[in-house]
Amino acid sequence: MSAILPPQHRIWWKQPVDKVEILWIVIAFVWCMIMFFMMPYWHVYGKQNLSPETYRVKPELFAKAAQEMVDKHKVREETEQKIPVVAPPAGSDVYLIARLWDWWPILELEKGKTYRLHLSAMDYQHGFSLQPENINVQVLPGYQHVITIQPNRSGQYAIVCNEFCGIGHHKMVSRLYVK
Amino acid sequence: MATAEAQFRICPRTGLQFHKSAETLIKLNAVAAVVALLVGGVLALLITLTRWQAIHLIDADNFYLYLTAHGLDMLVVWIIFFEMAILYFCSSTLLRCRLATPRWAWLAFALMVIGTLTFNAAIFSGNATVMMTSYVPMPAHPAFYLGLILFAVGALIGCFIFLGTLVVAKSEKTYEGSIPLVTFGALTACIIAIFTIASGAIILIPTFLWSVGYISHIDPAMYRVIWWAFGHSSQQINVAAHISVWYAIAAIVFGAKPMSERVSRTAFLLYILFLQLASAHHILADPAVGTEWKIFNTSYAMYLAVLASMLHGLTVPGAIEAAQREKGYTKGLFEWLRKAPWGNPVFSGMFISLIGFGFLGGISGVMMGTEQLNMIIHNTIYVPGHFHATVVIGTTLAFMSLTYFLLPTLFNREMILPGWAKWQPYVFGLGMGVFTLAMMGAGTLGVPRRHWDITFAGAALPYEYPGTALLMIAIFGVAGVIAFIGGGMYIAITVGTILFGRKLDVGTYTNTISPLRLPVQAALTGHGGHGGGFGVPGTFVFALVFLGAFVLYYFVNWKYLSTVWGLS
Repeated sequence: MSAILPPQHRIWWKQPVDKVEILWIVIAFVWCMIMFFMMPYWHVYGKQNLSPETYRVKPELFAKAAQEMVDKHKVREETEQKIPVVAPPAGSDVYLIARLWDWWPILELEKGKTYRLHLSAMDYQHGFSLQPENINVQVLPGYQHVITIQPNRSGQYAIVCNEFCGIGHHKMVSRLYVK
Repeated sequence: MATAEAQFRICPRTGLQFHKSAETLIKLNAVAAVVALLVGGVLALLITLTRWQAIHLIDADNFYLYLTAHGLDMLVVWIIFFEMAILYFCSSTLLRCRLATPRWAWLAFALMVIGTLTFNAAIFSGNATVMMTSYVPMPAHPAFYLGLILFAVGALIGCFIFLGTLVVAKSEKTYEGSIPLVTFGALTACIIAIFTIASGAIILIPTFLWSVGYISHIDPAMYRVIWWAFGHSSQQINVAAHISVWYAIAAIVFGAKPMSERVSRTAFLLYILFLQLASAHHILADPAVGTEWKIFNTSYAMYLAVLASMLHGLTVPGAIEAAQREKGYTKGLFEWLRKAPWGNPVFSGMFISLIGFGFLGGISGVMMGTEQLNMIIHNTIYVPGHFHATVVIGTTLAFMSLTYFLLPTLFNREMILPGWAKWQPYVFGLGMGVFTLAMMGAGTLGVPRRHWDITFAGAALPYEYPGTALLMIAIFGVAGVIAFIGGGMYIAITVGTILFGRKLDVGTYTNTISPLRLPVQAALTGHGGHGGGFGVPGTFVFALVFLGAFVLYYFVNWKYLSTVWGLS
């Protein structure tokens, strides 16, 4: 007779169901299907989908690739630490290193152009968080994640680390320019 | 069992029958839970006052340390100890039978206490500031993983004692027909818990061996997938447990019976089948995992577990509406709700828990669990905003409400400070409500979670968040303090009552099993769930309001996503 007693009717699974419940089940089910098919729909028609393209990589090899990109396309240095600013050509492979506790190097991209952004961590896990755009991607050591990005507004952006990575975590913030 | 000593106590106020071993163990587990809540609550205040940039109370080292301890002491220790109490209550007490293997239950309790002390020692000695998630390869002291493993083993034993007690009840015929819905919900929680703890063992045992040097490498992507099968599923135990508590409170306060056993039980079954897939929610912004895997798993196989929650969201208030209408509160759509006992914390806490869980926790959770939408949410402070709505407003507040029922029944004490108790669910629930909304607001503006200083003082290339984000964080701080006061009121009432409350009649002792009689039950017969009718129009209107909010919020976020950089 109540939820804390055994069901009133021994064969409870044959009791009729209230119309409100049936109607709600139908409505809720339809809504669940809409939400489900939104995801594949966006993969076909939407412009913001996270690429699953991933490779296993040794940190030193990833660092070497990043260094080669810096050597080729460095345009200037910033701050006292002389962090290189790199302006790679549109459509090229761009490398961004996450490590304790900075992002390296600083990238300078062009609005409306696409780039293949490679992300990997040298040590612990980190979180790529592009502000104020608010695009957030997990960065793992040993994995090279390739995302094709297309900046749609010019300006100065920040890359914040949003995965806890130790005592310097809250100082791990860098910049990204879009011309 | 033909022993001379009486095994069962019958509570004179509720008619509930407590097996003596079960009674002691329920009390002990509940008390351990409240102690953890006290520790976790003090840490919560310190963390809130630090993230509130205008106060910025403690230094970075201790902030991250306290945050690690807060996560584990609240999300694991407080909730799981209380759930052990619920499992024993829902089996032994509701089925009016003896608890299976009480000695093993003592062992389970001891292991959980030792485990808690072990990982807390590792954390507070400064050797395990790795957050609750302890993502590899960031190392913690081996005692950290060992403590978690011991705790989990204890909890696993508790789950099997629950199952054993169901077997005892069945074989000793202490009930007729099927187990009650609330026990069925607890069984759901127990089955999910076994899956959860197994996942925890699969990842934490190798990680422990890695921390002592026997294994050279733990893959970070694999760790995340399996750890979250433990981490997220443990929240699904909470969902199953607190929904059972909602049904129990509806039954206790209103004598409400389920609208339909079939619908409610099927909904619980959907949880068992699909909730575990949710580890994907944490992997959506990860490399190394395929898109199809993400879509299938994050949606619990096409949102079938969300469907289950939407059903419970209708049937719990629906059962209350049906019971109230039976009592004559039939005017208009909402007289049944207006005339509900809003001054009774058992009811008000449960109802705020239901609303907060659905509107704040549920909608935000499904939204950010959408594969693409997760990119604009992942690891921002929106995430803790969401789960404080689910496990604090949802689970914790539901457990608090149940406590107000248990104090006179289980502890045989008259509750002290009844005036405080009347207000406690409102102070705590509304404080937490604003707190979580402010976190979600700040997260939408990009504020990261687990971050000591979002002004980036001392960084080479600092970034300035918009003023609105800092305003949100200030609101979060104020609301957090209010919620802390609400939590403090709960602890003052419960601890004060157990220590100083007036002793009540403990009732009679017996060896025979007597049928359960609830005082409120006598007046009501067979209301609600007649089938074929349209018995709960008020609840249906509520459900439609919920759906409207859900649809609107869901598509607003798609609109927002469509404006960010192209990603493919």
